[in-house]
Amino acid sequence: MDINYNEFEGREIMEPILKIQNIEKYYGSRSSLTKALDGISMDVNAGEYVAIMGASGSGKTTLLNVISTIDRVTSGHIYVADKDITKLKGNELNRFRREELGFIFQDFNLLDTLTAYENIALALSIQNVSPKEIDERIKKVAKELSIKDILSKYPYQMSGGQKQRVASARAIITNPKLVLADEPTGALDSKSSKMLLERFNYLNKELGATILMVTHDAFTASYASRVIFIKDGKIFSEIERGDDDRKEFFNKIIDVVTLLGGDLNDAL
Amino acid sequence: MMLFKLSLKNIKKSFKDYTIYFFTLVLGVAIFYVFNAIDSQTIYMDVTSNMAEIIKLMTSMLSGVSVFVSFVLGFLIIYANRFLIKRRNKEFGVYLTLGMSKKKISLLLFFETLFVGLISLVVGLGVGVMLSQAMSLLVANLFEANMTDFAFVFSTSACEKTLLYFGIMYLLVMIFNTINISKCKLIELLQSNKKTEKIRLKNPVLCTIIFILSTFTLGTAYYLVTGGIDHLDNANKIFIPIAMGIISTFFIFWSLSGLLLKACMSIKGLYYKGLNSFTLRQISSKINTTVFSMTVICLMLFVTVCVLSSALSIKNAMTANIRELAPVDVSFSKYLYHENSVFDVNTPQAVLDDAKVSLKETLKNHGIDINETFKDVVEIPVYRIEELTMRATLGEQLDEISKKFKYLNYDNEETIITVSDYNKIAKLYGNETYSLNDDEYMIIADFDSMVEIRNMALNEGVSITINDKTYHPKYTECKDGFVEISSNHINDGIFIVPDHAVEGQIPFHELMVANFKETSREGKNRVNDMINKKINSAWNETTLTSVNTKIEITDASVGLGGLVTFIGLYLGIIFLISSAAILALKELSESTDNKERFQMLRRLGADEKMIHKALFSQIAIFFMAPLILAIIHSIFGIKFCIFILETFGRKGLLSSIIMTSIFLVLIYGGYFILTYICSKNIIEEN
Ligand SMILES: Nc1ncnc2c1ncn2[C@@H]1O[C@H](COP(=O)(O)OP(=O)(O)O)[C@@H](O)[C@H]1O
Ligand SMILES: [Mg+2]
Repeated sequence: MDINYNEFEGREIMEPILKIQNIEKYYGSRSSLTKALDGISMDVNAGEYVAIMGASGSGKTTLLNVISTIDRVTSGHIYVADKDITKLKGNELNRFRREELGFIFQDFNLLDTLTAYENIALALSIQNVSPKEIDERIKKVAKELSIKDILSKYPYQMSGGQKQRVASARAIITNPKLVLADEPTGALDSKSSKMLLERFNYLNKELGATILMVTHDAFTASYASRVIFIKDGKIFSEIERGDDDRKEFFNKIIDVVTLLGGDLNDAL
Repeated sequence: MMLFKLSLKNIKKSFKDYTIYFFTLVLGVAIFYVFNAIDSQTIYMDVTSNMAEIIKLMTSMLSGVSVFVSFVLGFLIIYANRFLIKRRNKEFGVYLTLGMSKKKISLLLFFETLFVGLISLVVGLGVGVMLSQAMSLLVANLFEANMTDFAFVFSTSACEKTLLYFGIMYLLVMIFNTINISKCKLIELLQSNKKTEKIRLKNPVLCTIIFILSTFTLGTAYYLVTGGIDHLDNANKIFIPIAMGIISTFFIFWSLSGLLLKACMSIKGLYYKGLNSFTLRQISSKINTTVFSMTVICLMLFVTVCVLSSALSIKNAMTANIRELAPVDVSFSKYLYHENSVFDVNTPQAVLDDAKVSLKETLKNHGIDINETFKDVVEIPVYRIEELTMRATLGEQLDEISKKFKYLNYDNEETIITVSDYNKIAKLYGNETYSLNDDEYMIIADFDSMVEIRNMALNEGVSITINDKTYHPKYTECKDGFVEISSNHINDGIFIVPDHAVEGQIPFHELMVANFKETSREGKNRVNDMINKKINSAWNETTLTSVNTKIEITDASVGLGGLVTFIGLYLGIIFLISSAAILALKELSESTDNKERFQMLRRLGADEKMIHKALFSQIAIFFMAPLILAIIHSIFGIKFCIFILETFGRKGLLSSIIMTSIFLVLIYGGYFILTYICSKNIIEEN
């Protein structure tokens, strides 16, 4: 299957919000070198919903980590809104993270000592937003993600799906240019997964959030508008949803997965 | 052998966790050695026989205190060890699932305890031996002794004692571990890392009520030991406030942990600023689960501050007192024959004969050549008169005073000295001299509570009658001074009257003060021993003459000062180490949880500076909470100590409080910084 990069003329060409140019990430010493990322290039446009798929160990988390500046690339460049983030240092990195990015992780999402409200508020108070504005913005996002009733609960009192929705609220409340999600449905049952993914669609479609999501699950990936497959640190293939409905897109994804060599779930 | 290697590897791996534990063990061993090695250092010091006695007393007291100290350290070590084990429950769980038997895990822990124990003993003894060399300078300084020779001292007995005591402690730890491992269940071990700790906010109304109640109780306790106390005649007067203090301390921490968070949460601008909400939650959850330890730590700090500052101020006051209160080398005092006096039918004839001659005569009769031995001799008579009892000197004030001070004997006859006699002594001592009109009297005193009583009468202008003549007070208060040399302010009042007032009266005492002609230290010691031998042995055999020498007074003061200083230091340092170590271990034991939390904050984009600030304030507040309450306790505790130690005076108090603060800052502050650095390392490692 070939990469069909510019196939969709229907969509207007937008300025990419994320530009990745030939990045490499090596782990270990010279004798036992792991090329976790091996020359990856890709763009994500504003308002896009991109899923990255690959087997366990293919380099998905590493890719997300270098984009989120939690880790550094060995070589190559990453531009977020025309800013080369591989050149950022110290507190510039922290500012970039808190102002431009939102994160949602598989687990270890929320601070266990804080309530849902306080967890969400933290993302804003770090940015010195006033308590009054914090309150207004939380009320708004809580309505959009239907977590109003659990705002005063602690993480140990919430279900997995509720936790992920609180984490999503926290990720988008700062109006980030890019929301990064690493296996967001990994710890959820299928019903909660579906609910969360529908919320992601809402964030993407209605609120215009740009989402980059990493997953090994074809069902999860089928909610995205574009899926990029990586294998051994390289981009293997890429498909766009276009006008397909989710079912059709899911089948296409499964085709690629089969091509990649079996069920990704088994490879976990 | 495999276990042996595994345990070594474990220690290496968890060295960061062990740092504080190891540091505490080393410090404990070193301090234990240093204080038990003190006696072997005094061997090289040139001290008088009196001083040697006091040092002997001190060493036996120190070894008694050591038993207590070993209990404190024993508890601390077992407690600290429990923390480390808890942190590794998951690891043991994995060993168990891999098929390792509980016996083997116990053995593994046994080896680990053995290694850590051995290394800490070796390092601790090394540090101790080094510290004790510096200590010998302190010992010589405190006992004001000359070091005959600076010798490197190693105390075998202290070393053996340290090995024995700590050996027993480590053995107890091993037994404790074995029991612990054999009792635990695999499922609990594996799940012990899961944080299912419930966060419960306390009812704020209940907290407020309890807080108000306990503050009130504490205030009452404070009042009872300071303003509300004028004499101690009943142990309950001190135990009841102490019990009240302990209980209210516990409940203050209990209620504050709930209230503080609630209060901060209501100030939105504060709570939702930077990482404040996170930091406050961290602190409150920690204080919530550690109310009991907080109380114990607070009380230990309180005891430390009181013991250290009282001990140091006793020492300071004693040294300062000697210079002031013993301005001459010797004072003699002899009972002269008097009908209503100490003489009775059992008094030997030789004593009766002696009581009729002058003091100079007595000394000559006992083989002391006054002209050869002494210079600056002043000899004065001291009078007592039947009609001048304390009751008679208080006038109208008697009722009020006797109500307040029930236990004074108001029928004691007062001491009287004529003004010209007093001036002779005052001149020799370099004290102020006075002159009186024919109908005036004044009182010289330096014992605070008696000064207070007498001032009440003087202030009212109470006049006294001696031989049918009336005298009015010249001053409205007592004047500071004394005639007999002593180590403390114990002059409870001498009536100074015009010379004619006691004319023709037979003196009650005869007092003689003088300096030694000898000027060298050895010479003075020799004369001192000679006088003591000749006069003290003759008491109630051939004379009723008593003698006080500056050297004796100095030795007793300096010796006692040194003794309380060492015991205070020993206990103070051990208490400080224990409380700081408990706090440090509590903080570090949560570092794994904290690491994840801080990692999360980083992902949210918190600056390193913000994170360090949050960590710092979290640890600082955790360390400060018990300290602040302990300091408030101490303000009143020290007031109470001053009350008890009144006769020592309060001159040295400020400098002793400064010294105590230095110890606090060094040890407690040191642990705080170490905890911060260790926590920072833990949350920063990847
Ligand atoms: N910190 C690290 N040190 C060494 N190798 C690593 C590290 N992190 C990841 N790797 C290696 O890089 C590769 C990609 O890992 P990762 O990005 O976590 O994969 P994925 O998230 O797709 O499962 C794997 O082979 C993994 O072993
Ligand atoms: Mg991964």
